[in-house]
Amino acid sequence: MRLATIVTDNWWDIRDLSNVSGAILDALADAGVPDWGIYVVSALLGTLAIISFIGAVAIINIWIERRVVGRMQSRLGPNRLGPFGLLQPVADAIKLMQKEVLQPRSADGLVFTLAPIAFTVPGIAILAVIPWGRNMTLAELDVGIVFIFAMSSLAALAVFIGGYGSNNKYALFGAMRVIAMLVTYEIPIVLSLLGIVLLTQTMNLSEIVLWQEEHWVFLIMLQPLAFLIYFFSSSAELNRTPADLAEAESEIAGGYHVEYSGMKFGLYYAAELINAVSISTIIATLFLGGWWLYKVDELVPGWMILIGKIYAVYFLFVWTRGTLPRFRIDQLLAFAWKWMTPMALLNILLVAGQVTLWEETGWSDAVLIPAFIAINGAFAAGLIVGWVRVMAPKFQRFPTRPRFYSTIDVPPLPAPDAAMTQP
Amino acid sequence: MIDDGAIVFSFYMLAGGSLLCALMVAFVRNLIHAVLFLALTFVGVAGVYIVLSADFVAVVQVLIYAGAVGVLMTFAIMLTPASDRMNSETLFQVPAALLGLMVAGIAVFVAYDTNWDLSNSEGLRTTARLLGEAFLKPYVVAFEVASVLLVTAMIGAIILSREEDAGDA
Repeated sequence: MRLATIVTDNWWDIRDLSNVSGAILDALADAGVPDWGIYVVSALLGTLAIISFIGAVAIINIWIERRVVGRMQSRLGPNRLGPFGLLQPVADAIKLMQKEVLQPRSADGLVFTLAPIAFTVPGIAILAVIPWGRNMTLAELDVGIVFIFAMSSLAALAVFIGGYGSNNKYALFGAMRVIAMLVTYEIPIVLSLLGIVLLTQTMNLSEIVLWQEEHWVFLIMLQPLAFLIYFFSSSAELNRTPADLAEAESEIAGGYHVEYSGMKFGLYYAAELINAVSISTIIATLFLGGWWLYKVDELVPGWMILIGKIYAVYFLFVWTRGTLPRFRIDQLLAFAWKWMTPMALLNILLVAGQVTLWEETGWSDAVLIPAFIAINGAFAAGLIVGWVRVMAPKFQRFPTRPRFYSTIDVPPLPAPDAAMTQP
Repeated sequence: MIDDGAIVFSFYMLAGGSLLCALMVAFVRNLIHAVLFLALTFVGVAGVYIVLSADFVAVVQVLIYAGAVGVLMTFAIMLTPASDRMNSETLFQVPAALLGLMVAGIAVFVAYDTNWDLSNSEGLRTTARLLGEAFLKPYVVAFEVASVLLVTAMIGAIILSREEDAGDA
């Protein structure tokens, strides 16, 4: 489809990326390259585009994150190197490359080396199924959402082999915490996205975007509760504050990558940014309409709209990181099991009822969609407020929740007067 | 379709890689390495499913076997301090090898003995919807029985791992 106004047909006009790839593939076809050769070249072109996007993002997002968090915490952030400190991530990368890569003598060498690579690959692979524009998907998978689950479940094993291969107690503790969190938060993630699958009747990400275009609505309006659950669960999955227990410096000295240095650590660091961008992309595609933005996508290329939405979601991640304190591990796991999983199940129940109503009665979309938006919004707001009022744990001076506290006889604090009058 | 050169090539690559990893599971000395090779084997088998255009089964294979079962096995190894970390230090090697060869022999015999029907139809466009309808319409009883079984196993695990004093439960 040709964009309406500003984009031309010239091959160098990268605002429509299909110009340049189409020119290359047409030239190959004219030169008599067989079909499988053209297929391979087009696959390589798509992969190259995604990998270069990832490389640029990993550099730029360090700067964005540090500047934004700095502004939120009333400081400046990096501002010396280049205009607005823009060259700071480049300098950091050069420094990381020059540093010596240390490996503990008793570490498990091959596993130790493979772990950061295995941690990076799933985050990049997720981007293959994302529709970057109309007919602009690298891998048109009919089971795209399950593919995303599968890739994010591989990260658990990668983190574990990193922690195990380091042969360090803190690293193993950090890895165990990550796995506990990943296994726990997998459930609300799957359940929250199940609502979307029920509503759109497809697991193909391109078709989910087309569904939003057809019904002229963002899924975040129809599924606000699923969005909140997915957003918080994925920030736990990403090890970002408020859920960055895996690398809680004050408790376990940096977590599963405590033994990594040099560019191996750099890969872990980049992989966390890449995973954050992947999750932002998924949220932008599933909940915010992907490359579609009402009538704007006829004027602006879809991939630019998608990148804009990705950075809007990424800003939310940076915002939570800059403002919220860290959870305790038992709070985090209890939050997943006792709050998010039941809420996600209730959400599925509601969506299933709505889909049945939609299919059985045949009432028009113009009536049903605003009604569903109102009902689901009220449901989400009521459920959150109600659960906080009724179910939130009361403040405890001596918490009894963790198991081992019950066996310890906690002595009472000295009376305030006695403490105050001590010399 | 199935005789396409690229598909045959990728099938032999994936099958060979999976077999190699499966052999490494048996022969490698370190038990954690064995589990990692097992995860690689699962991924390779998922690739074979993709070659057979069973995309849903392939993705679920990665999700459940490489993701969940791999983590489960590493946990099982970490939580059993009595077993040493060395693989294949056991007297059962010879009978195990014999048993494995017999099972492989039966599989090969069945594969050659079966009269395979070659179909010229196109691969299925999408398998997830068909699988879902099959689970919830004709095979719903088996599906529900399996889920009841899983719930039972979960309750059993909770009871087994529960501490005796239910003081603050």
